[in-house]
Amino acid sequence: MSKKIKLSELGSLFNGMDVEALEGVTIEGDIELEMDASGGLNPQLAYMLGHETAQIAQHLINISRLMGYPVDQLFGSMARAAVPGVARPQELLRSKFEVARMDEWKNPIQEVTLGATSADGGSRGRTITLGGENALPYYFDSPMPHRNYVTMDVFDMPIGMAKAVKVNYEDVIESPAEWAKKVVKDFNADMVTIHLISTDPNIRDTSAKEAAETVADVLQAVDVPIVIGGSGNPDKDPEVLEKAAEVAEGERVLLASASLNLDYERIAKAANQYGHVVLSWTQLEINAQKELNRKLMKQCSVKREDIIMDPTTAALGYGLDYAYTNMERIRLAGLNGDDELSFPMSSGTTNAWGARESWMVKSPLKEDSDWGAREYRGPIWEIVTGLALALAGNDLFMMMHPGSVAVLKEITQSLHGSLERDTVDISNWVTAEV
Amino acid sequence: MKINSPLEVYKYLPQTNCGECGEATCMAFGSHVIDRSLKLEDCTPLLEDKYKKKYLELGELMAPEIREVIIGVGEHAVTVGGDDVLYRHQLTFFDQPAFAIDVWDTMPESELVERVTFIRDFKKFYVGRFLRMDMIAVRSTSGDPGKFRDVVSKVMENTELPLILCSLDPEVLKAGLEVSAERRPLLYAATKDNWQAVADLVLEYDVPTVLFAPDDLDTLKSLASTFMEMGRYDLILDPGTNPQGNMLRESFENFLKLRRAGIKEGQREVAFPLMSVPLTAYLTGGDAVSSSYWETVLATVFTVRYGDIMILHSIEPFALLPEMHIRDTIYTDPRTPVKVEPKVYEVGSPGKDSPVIVTTNFALTYYTVESDLASNGIDCYLLAADTDGLGVEAAVAGGQLTGQNISDEFKKVDFDFNEKTGHNTIILPGLGARLQGDLEDATGMNVLVGPQDSGQIPPWMDKNWPPKPK
Ligand code: B12
Ligand code: SF4
Repeated sequence: MSKKIKLSELGSLFNGMDVEALEGVTIEGDIELEMDASGGLNPQLAYMLGHETAQIAQHLINISRLMGYPVDQLFGSMARAAVPGVARPQELLRSKFEVARMDEWKNPIQEVTLGATSADGGSRGRTITLGGENALPYYFDSPMPHRNYVTMDVFDMPIGMAKAVKVNYEDVIESPAEWAKKVVKDFNADMVTIHLISTDPNIRDTSAKEAAETVADVLQAVDVPIVIGGSGNPDKDPEVLEKAAEVAEGERVLLASASLNLDYERIAKAANQYGHVVLSWTQLEINAQKELNRKLMKQCSVKREDIIMDPTTAALGYGLDYAYTNMERIRLAGLNGDDELSFPMSSGTTNAWGARESWMVKSPLKEDSDWGAREYRGPIWEIVTGLALALAGNDLFMMMHPGSVAVLKEITQSLHGSLERDTVDISNWVTAEV
Repeated sequence: MKINSPLEVYKYLPQTNCGECGEATCMAFGSHVIDRSLKLEDCTPLLEDKYKKKYLELGELMAPEIREVIIGVGEHAVTVGGDDVLYRHQLTFFDQPAFAIDVWDTMPESELVERVTFIRDFKKFYVGRFLRMDMIAVRSTSGDPGKFRDVVSKVMENTELPLILCSLDPEVLKAGLEVSAERRPLLYAATKDNWQAVADLVLEYDVPTVLFAPDDLDTLKSLASTFMEMGRYDLILDPGTNPQGNMLRESFENFLKLRRAGIKEGQREVAFPLMSVPLTAYLTGGDAVSSSYWETVLATVFTVRYGDIMILHSIEPFALLPEMHIRDTIYTDPRTPVKVEPKVYEVGSPGKDSPVIVTTNFALTYYTVESDLASNGIDCYLLAADTDGLGVEAAVAGGQLTGQNISDEFKKVDFDFNEKTGHNTIILPGLGARLQGDLEDATGMNVLVGPQDSGQIPPWMDKNWPPKPK
């Protein structure tokens, strides 16, 4: 079989493709390239037609193959074999790389400050500011004004924890104040979250007043900004958070959370009255997030600088695909001008410990390869879950394992550009002895 | 893709509505071409000579912004690149990143074989399939072509996974190619110093190659332009993966810049798959666990942001599992939840005394429940109710799982309780407790509520099965 291709046909093929070899080549009349299936492109023919034509032929074949055209059947062995006469350039074709900055990101994310020092009527040693971004996290389009922060979980009663987590807290599990001190001093927590889970009527039904005392203890024990979390019981939480907001007056805590399935108005009101920030929590649904934020602002008069969002964190392997994309869409919408979504975000990264891979001794499936030691699986599950969300736009991380906190901080601060580390020569990594 | 509406695709199709592609109309076919669920070649008439010009033109218009590069041959071949968008919600990402694990030519042979076998066989079940590693990267640490050739051969004897031949010395690469060219390995790498000799190899052996220009996008682009000039389009770009500090930030930026230039600005010289080398985590001098953790961290960063192929070192399961999962997370198609066929499945070999259990057809839910049952030797009938791929709680909350539709589902698949069972009992998931009354009304069966987590079913069964007669 022999196949004839007219050079004039090449034009339409190359149309729109940046084929440099064609530039400056004028083709007069129709030359037919004869491609013999049996023996590749005749070298003599290539010679006669000149080097450029041979190059064009090669381009044609490559491009056609690239586009899925069955050239290999058409030309038989020809297409596989290297084409003699395709000389490589002697010199590198020098070119410069440039790329534009994003021009559609015009709307900055709201800055929100947590904690208040004595100058502002609080007693915190320092404050933490989130938000203010003009670009996706760590993008070169615009510097990210604040790094990511981590708030570590403290519970007001002993709870079930994965073994790898528990070993770190056994000595403080009975005392929220000691627990809080430990995460700040030993584990470098930027903030502390006190979860008032014992208030749940189905758990201990601790009164709002007692819970408020726990909050006061924690505020006394540490001087970092704090988050106050309810038990998640929609009937009890408003009352618990109101009381907690009262004892924390002036400290600019984050009240977690206002959600659509409870009386968010009461929580918003408590925040307004005692000078706190509201965590606006929805479940993986961008429109619900818009709705709740709008209600907080319009109906409850919460100021923009007093809102942080929690769009829900699902663990790696258990819905992180939804959580990741939900956050990325929310952040992009905010940057592109949606003022109902342009708030800093917080993630309950601790949810990663719900994934079986993070706590099970071994795989429940015999077909699986060995999962290895679980002490190492849990922390990395929490890290990867958090890191993916950091890249999607999340600002604040609620976490549990000290090792996870250390690594997540290291990577987010590296990407943020706030960590000096030695430069490593990577040019010859191939031969490295590792 | 240069066009994005089915109508535009339609213009290039035969417009006969012949149905050969499996779609009722050419227009319907067009919309599948746009969402990339069908290929142009599925329209066989279009491949006929008389449509050749249209086929080629359409092929060019529909080509993904980021070129696809194929490495390897046969069923193990991997395709990388192929993306059309910067964010997965805008369509979906195609061709998940290929993960290669390294071996090196100064390894003792027994260790080498053991490592290759481990990489080849490592697998984790996830929603109906196994997650695995894809390739082996053979590094020349000795610099000796003979040794390299031997190790490449040894690797090939033990696995059919595609190879990356890693050396900056063209003599070494050539030695590797001599024994492996048939398998279409990927060369690593052409640099500003060795590109001529590597180009000769690429032309001679017709293999894909990586272009490596650490921290220097001008040179990277120059290398790409030069290789394109030679008619080579199966290129992969490595802008360098610095493992830490501000240089890591710079590497991250380079990935963003290259991908933005390729997709948003249509700069063809850089619209190639990108390679990241998280293995550089091991150059920082940390202990084995820290390095392995850090490598996983780098792999995560570059899986999320635009790495298409990676070279990794750690074979610790605690590194491999999250790496495979984050890749799946980012590359799963956000347009449709992964679901299983809604029907009654038989787990083990159920008989008349076996329980009938309800769950949903969300793949993650179904396979979690199924594996909990199977691995504990519980024979049963398991209904994967059609919730359109939602898990139990979301489906209950959203109304896709109700007493009535569970009842309908059993009818739809003709599940005859009297014939199959002797107990007239259905077990609901704990998170579906509130459907109990409705389901009893709809079916007239006895409905039990199981525990919240299917992992708790075995102890629950010990207490509650067989059901006590009322
Ligand atoms: C991912 C997710 C989504 C995804 C859905 C993904 C999917 N394909 O299902 C999306 C984003 C689409 C979604 C949407 C919604 N969601 Co949603 N979602 C989640 C999330 C984060 C994870 C759910 C999940 O995948 N779990 C993993 C799977 C494997 O679990 P599972 O199906 O329940 O199976 C387990 C058990 O049920 C049990 N089991 C299963 N079968 C059986 C059978 C028997 C016999 C037994 C004994 C046990 C058993 O074992 C399994 C393994 O542990 C949860 C919160 C959370 N972290 O749990 C919220 C959650 C389920 N969602 C919730 C809500 C409210 C919604 C929405 C209504 C939000 C909205 N306003 O739009 C919508 C509903 C959508 C719809 N139905 O139309 C609520 C439900 C609250 C409630 N209890 O009523 C939750 C709990 C969040 C919350 N805390 O508020 N969601
Ligand atoms: S096979 Fe081609 S011509 Fe026939 S219906 Fe499908 S798209 Fe139209």
